[in-house]
Amino acid sequence: MTHLARAVVWCAAALIAMPGVASAQQRTLDSVKQRGQLVCGVNVGLAGFSAQDDKGVWTGLDADYCRAIAAAVLGDGNKVRYVATTTKERFTALQSRELDVLARNTTWTLQRDSAQGLSFIGVNYYDGQGFIVKKSANVKSAKELAGATVCVQSGTTTELNLADFFRSNKLEYKTLVFEKSDEALKAYQADRCDSYTTDVSGLYSVRLQMAKPADHVVLPDIISKEPLGPAVRQDDGQWFTIVKWVHFALLNAEEAGVTKANVDQMLNSQVPDVRRLLGKEGDFGKGLGLDNDWAYRIIKHVGNYGEIFDRHVGPDSRLNIPRGRNALYTQGGLHYAPPIR
Amino acid sequence: MAVTTSSPPGRLNGFLYRPEVRQAIYQVLLLAAAAYVAYWVVNNVADNLRRQNVASGFDFLGRTAGFDVSQSLIAYSNASTYGRAFWVGLLNTLLVAALGIVAATVLGFIVGIARLSSNWLVARLATAYVEIVRNLPLLLQLFFWYFAVLKNLPAPRQSHVLPGGAFLNVRGLYLPAPVPQPGFAAVAIAVGLSLLLMAGLWAWSWRRQHLTGQRFPVLGPALLILVALPLAVFFAAGSPLSLSYPELRGFNFQGGIAVQPELMALLLGLSIYTASFIAEIVRAGILGVPKGQTEAAQALGLSNAQTLRLVVIPQALRIIIPPLTSQYLNLTKNSSLAVAIGYPDFVSVFTGTVLNQTGQAVEVILMTMGVFLALSLATSVFMNWFNRRMALVER
Repeated sequence: MTHLARAVVWCAAALIAMPGVASAQQRTLDSVKQRGQLVCGVNVGLAGFSAQDDKGVWTGLDADYCRAIAAAVLGDGNKVRYVATTTKERFTALQSRELDVLARNTTWTLQRDSAQGLSFIGVNYYDGQGFIVKKSANVKSAKELAGATVCVQSGTTTELNLADFFRSNKLEYKTLVFEKSDEALKAYQADRCDSYTTDVSGLYSVRLQMAKPADHVVLPDIISKEPLGPAVRQDDGQWFTIVKWVHFALLNAEEAGVTKANVDQMLNSQVPDVRRLLGKEGDFGKGLGLDNDWAYRIIKHVGNYGEIFDRHVGPDSRLNIPRGRNALYTQGGLHYAPPIR
Repeated sequence: MAVTTSSPPGRLNGFLYRPEVRQAIYQVLLLAAAAYVAYWVVNNVADNLRRQNVASGFDFLGRTAGFDVSQSLIAYSNASTYGRAFWVGLLNTLLVAALGIVAATVLGFIVGIARLSSNWLVARLATAYVEIVRNLPLLLQLFFWYFAVLKNLPAPRQSHVLPGGAFLNVRGLYLPAPVPQPGFAAVAIAVGLSLLLMAGLWAWSWRRQHLTGQRFPVLGPALLILVALPLAVFFAAGSPLSLSYPELRGFNFQGGIAVQPELMALLLGLSIYTASFIAEIVRAGILGVPKGQTEAAQALGLSNAQTLRLVVIPQALRIIIPPLTSQYLNLTKNSSLAVAIGYPDFVSVFTGTVLNQTGQAVEVILMTMGVFLALSLATSVFMNWFNRRMALVER
């Protein structure tokens, strides 16, 4: 066979043998266990939700959700690699399997739940969009913002709500879109915009960063529903169930009065709900693909939902946001978890 | 390899060893391989997206966008489609690229010539400009210009009042907008006519110089035609143009033409940065013309200005144009940094907001790359044509 003919055959063979679509993907639970680490997508920096402190440790409500999942799955809440994602990158990073879970104050919407290959596991913070303005502008309500310029971060539901609000109230306005909230805020502070808009929790956090927080007011109007929650990929039902029940375990623990401090004593509790939660009765962990101590480890590591809330956004934090809609249903809030049984 | 063995010995091999046949075979093989790889990639992506339940396809371009854009050259509202938002962003990028290229070229030529000035101070100032500006990252300079501009401008209520009913404040530059009245068409026709006349005059004088060697001072009469004719028609038609002045209402000025500070900062940053590179290209081009050319021109009795205009610059342009093209391309591509300072350019509107609202990263990024490729290739084609026109025609 000649040289050339051989080359032709080789090329043809290579072309035919080229693999089709990549082989079936590993389950998320297995890959997390194999890696010994949970990869968790968080906000680049939003006080109260996920931000690095002066020692480089990620703290906040969302960061504690990452810890809770790692505690349940790996037995150690510190086995988390945090990946800071911008609003633009977050979904692509999750879709492309760079992240195991996205806990990044992300609004649950139909479009994201259906067309982006994501599944939201629940709501870990009930939020709504609001406006912050300078006190000197003398504005009492968002409906007085006719003709105003509003700064906003790109790639968020915020941008759409803003347009909806002004359109439905038939008010003229200008929007100024920045890629990062830092620049948007700087523009607001330089008086380029009359107002800055984002979720109210974010506004409180932003107000603290201003040189003189007292010069700015958060307007009372809430213009949208912003149910924030962690999301996972749609193609892994087992993983979805695990993350969802980590969330429910946090809520159920608060309802049952199990806290970080008393969880060890609670192991001896005779209350059936507590016994099932902490794995003393039943085989609930096994169904999730974990062991029966899964919820005990979560509480041991981060406490229950109420403790997380108080620590990062509630009375024990600088944000000092009232519990409001984020209280348990028993306290007049919206948080309600299905029972563990 | 049944074919090889069953054919008469040597004949097929002889055919295969003909250089042109071999070449063709390799080309076809390479092409087939490339096509297969492309097909495989596209197929794989589509398949993976389908399996992950991520929407794909270009249907989203027809859906309602639902967001607003702060500056738009065409009619756009939040009820427009994503496809419309695509054009809004593209036009904003084109605007900044076109204005930036003009400004950077003018500034670059001035600085480049100033660097060669015999005046010590002028030459040193130009050198300092080039060395400082081209050695700092562009993004940093954009932030500097944006926040420097913002910090130095007053709030709307304390606006600087400029002559002619214009206002300058932190929200932008507000200019009176011309509003054509009935009868304005005549003025437009007059402008067109005077442009035609100018072209005719120029052609005539070129022919005359070519035939008789006599020069005709074209510039003066041409300007006269360009200004006097339309002006005469304008007044004859009873000044059919009114101005709409910006007025302070509520939070801000309404009416007139508003130039955003984002656009001003982006233009300043891009053109000052690119001009520093163009200045070096211009200096190199001028120094690249042999000194003998200048001496010969002076020996012929040409004045300094004539030497520069007729001898040095035409030859320098041949050296300047090819690297200048690269700078134009750089400027266009760098304009995508606009996203950092809130100017609604193509990347900000389309690759930012649209990508996020639709979640269709693959399609949006592909379209973005396509747009920038098309812009750059179009610039290249034009500059190559210009270069061929300017190149030395050897006989």
